[in-house]
This record gives sequence, structure tokens and C-alpha cells, in this order.
Amino acid sequence: MAEGENKGLVLLDFWVSPFGQRCRIALAEKGVEYEYREENLRDKSPLLLKSNPVHKKIPVLIHDGKPVCESLIIVQYIDEAWPDRAPLLPADSYARAQARFWADLVDKKMYESGTKLWKLKGEAQEEAKKEFIEILKLLEGELGDKKYFGGDTFGLVDIALVPFTAWFYSYEACANLSAEKEAPKLVPWVKRCRERESVSKSLPDPLKVYEFVCFLKKVYGIE
Amino acid sequence: MAAAAGEVRLIGGWPSPFVLRARVALNLKGVEYEFLQEKFGEKSELLLRSNPVYKKVPVLLHHDKPVCESMIIVEYVDAAWAKSGQAILPADPYERALHRFWAVYIDDKWFPSMFGIAKAQTEEAKAESVEQAWAALKLLEEAFEKLSKGKAFFGGGTIGYVDIALGAYLGWAKVIEQMAGLKLFDEEKTPLLAVWAERFCAHEAVKEVMPETEKLMEFAKMLRGK
Repeated sequence: MAEGENKGLVLLDFWVSPFGQRCRIALAEKGVEYEYREENLRDKSPLLLKSNPVHKKIPVLIHDGKPVCESLIIVQYIDEAWPDRAPLLPADSYARAQARFWADLVDKKMYESGTKLWKLKGEAQEEAKKEFIEILKLLEGELGDKKYFGGDTFGLVDIALVPFTAWFYSYEACANLSAEKEAPKLVPWVKRCRERESVSKSLPDPLKVYEFVCFLKKVYGIE
Repeated sequence: MAAAAGEVRLIGGWPSPFVLRARVALNLKGVEYEFLQEKFGEKSELLLRSNPVYKKVPVLLHHDKPVCESMIIVEYVDAAWAKSGQAILPADPYERALHRFWAVYIDDKWFPSMFGIAKAQTEEAKAESVEQAWAALKLLEEAFEKLSKGKAFFGGGTIGYVDIALGAYLGWAKVIEQMAGLKLFDEEKTPLLAVWAERFCAHEAVKEVMPETEKLMEFAKMLRGK
């Protein structure tokens, strides 16, 4: 695959998916053109089913007909396929291992924990809140006083985490949990990330996310 | 390649497949390291200090700097000793994405189903886990065909990233096969993987560190007894 060649780039995605947003941000950081295709998750396209037969999930990045699946794998692929610009991972192998560790932590914890905040009620929700706050504090500690998680350069961990910030409004509305209050040091980082065009263009309006959450709650029969 | 004393240390436990991954990677690169065996049931100060987030093994300490999570360690070893031995991950970005995909699949789908067989409380639950495990192996058999390109390993001519990811579970797979009275790596169901499994266990970088099935069985019995 020739460097810089970006003909036939298709991203199969779903507007509210934080995993899809990671890919959009990475592609935008690299300044790479691609075709965005919105999937109807209740009626998945033949292309999606063919491209990700194992999981049948979005996002899938199809590059010259070859599919790449799993958002963090896609982000690393984007970084490696366009190595000449906007590195998303540090050059040093130890720093890269750290970046992968924290991105993996975000993957393991944020989505599941965040989902519990709007799906559960009562005791279970209180437990979920405690868990979520712990994760936020852990991330806050890791960020410290740095500009981005990797230091001065926007990268993998920022990309892994920032899409979940569009859900903060929903977490507050559903679970009375203010991420900003619980992890104040993340606030300037969120602002900094949103000032990047790649992020502001890829993240949905938090109010629209909340509408979506309310819709899901109706579907699941949650008050 | 001799490392200076104390330069490379690995905190781990002999039964852990995750620790095994790190050991195989280090062996493939010919890296000398000190193996710090954790005492069962107790976590050392060093472990808690080096992996405060998860408090789990393996932890690789390179010049006292910790790297955690087995496949992240494997990738780190590949990069830090890039000039030694063979590459563990392929060079091509697309191939790398495929290897990473299957390694994640192995941990997210294969491992829980294999472990599910051991944990199952009823015959029904066991049968379901067995079906899931076989289904996962079928997919891995297809992946092997694609990735190996007719050669001996997922990584081609040499042990690669996916070989390490899956191969690390072989010791425990044998234990579960014995305990459950069935074959997971079945020559009839997944012929390529059945051969690959033997080949992996016999490899120079693996055979000294792969725990013996009898020892694992004893360990498993002890765990059950707890």
C-alpha cells in the first residue's frame, strides 16, 4: 500500500458511537479524505456484515477494499499507514507501551461503566457511580498537569477518551454525576481537545446524545 | 543477548498464561531476564508498586520501568529489541491490524469460553461453553490459514504475535481437556490448529517455560479445593 494513497477509504460508522468517533478524529488528524457511511444498526448493510463477519459491529475502516476492525486497532492502523504526518503514538517504545496501556484501560472501563450510569437505578446505580468516579480520578491522576495524556502531543489516549466526554451531560442528567466536579483537572483537557478541529467536528452535540440515551431507555423500558 | 544484571526483570507466576506470553517474547528475542516468581496468595510490594492500577502479573521491568498487560509487553519487547531475533509483529500496517484483531479475539472470546468449560456448574452450561470454544477455534483455524500463508505459524515461518496470544493458553487447554474429557484442539475439527499446537509447545522459545500439564492439574485441584 503506497504511503499517502487514500483512494477507496470508507468508514462504516454510527453517529453516536464513541468508538466510531475515535476513527473520525484519527482520520481528521491525518488530514485523510474518506467516505463516511452511516449504518442502521437494526438493519446492518451487507458491506458491514461482509467486512466484519466476526463481530458485525461498527466501526470498520475499509482501505482499498481491506477491512480493519476494532476502534483502537483502526486508530493504530491509521497512524501506521500514514506515518509521515501527525503521529498519534510517541516515537519511544516505552512511551508507546504506556499509551497503549491507558488507551486499553479506557476501553476496558469507560463504556461499560458509563452505560451502567443510565441503565441502572437505585443501589446498583450508586455502585456504578462510585466505580465511574474511581475511573475518572485514575485518569485525572494520569493526566496530571500535562497538556495531553501523552505530553505535548495529542495522541492515542486522548483519542480513546475524548468521545466519552460527549456523554458527560447524559451521565449528569441520568445519574446526577458531574464528571467536571468529580475530576476537575480533566476540564481544561476537555476544552483543549475540543479546540482541535478533528475533535469538534467528530463529536456529537451532548444534547443529541442525551436524546439518544432517552430513546434507548424507552426501548429498554427504563424509567 | 545478555542484559546487564537487573536490566530486565519479569514479575510473574509460573501457572499464568499471561506471564507465559511475556516469557516467550523475551525468549524469542534472546533477552536474559530475572524471573521474579510471586508467592501464591500474596502480592509483593514490588508488584503493587509496579502495577498499582491492576495489581496483576505479568509486569516487565526494563531498567526498573514497568510495562503491564501481557500483549502490550509482547509488543514492547518486539520494539525494544527490534534488532534481535525475528520480528514478532509483521511490518505491514494491515497485517499488524489483522494480528492485533485476532489477539483481541483470543482474549475476548476464546479465553472466556475455554474458561467457561472449567467453571460450568451444570452439564448444560458446560456443553454451551464447549460449543462456543469450538466455534471460536473454527474461526481461528480460518485465521491461521490466512495469516500463516501455508507456513508453520500465524506469524509465518516464525512464532508471531497471534501465536503467542493463543499458544499461551495451551497448557490450561490441556488441563481442561483432561478434566472435561474432551478434545479442544481436535484434529478432525481444526486440523491445522491441532498440528500448530504441538509445534508451538515444542518450540525452543516455549518448551522450557510452558508449564507441565501435571503440575497445572495439581495447581487446578488446589484452587478448587480452596
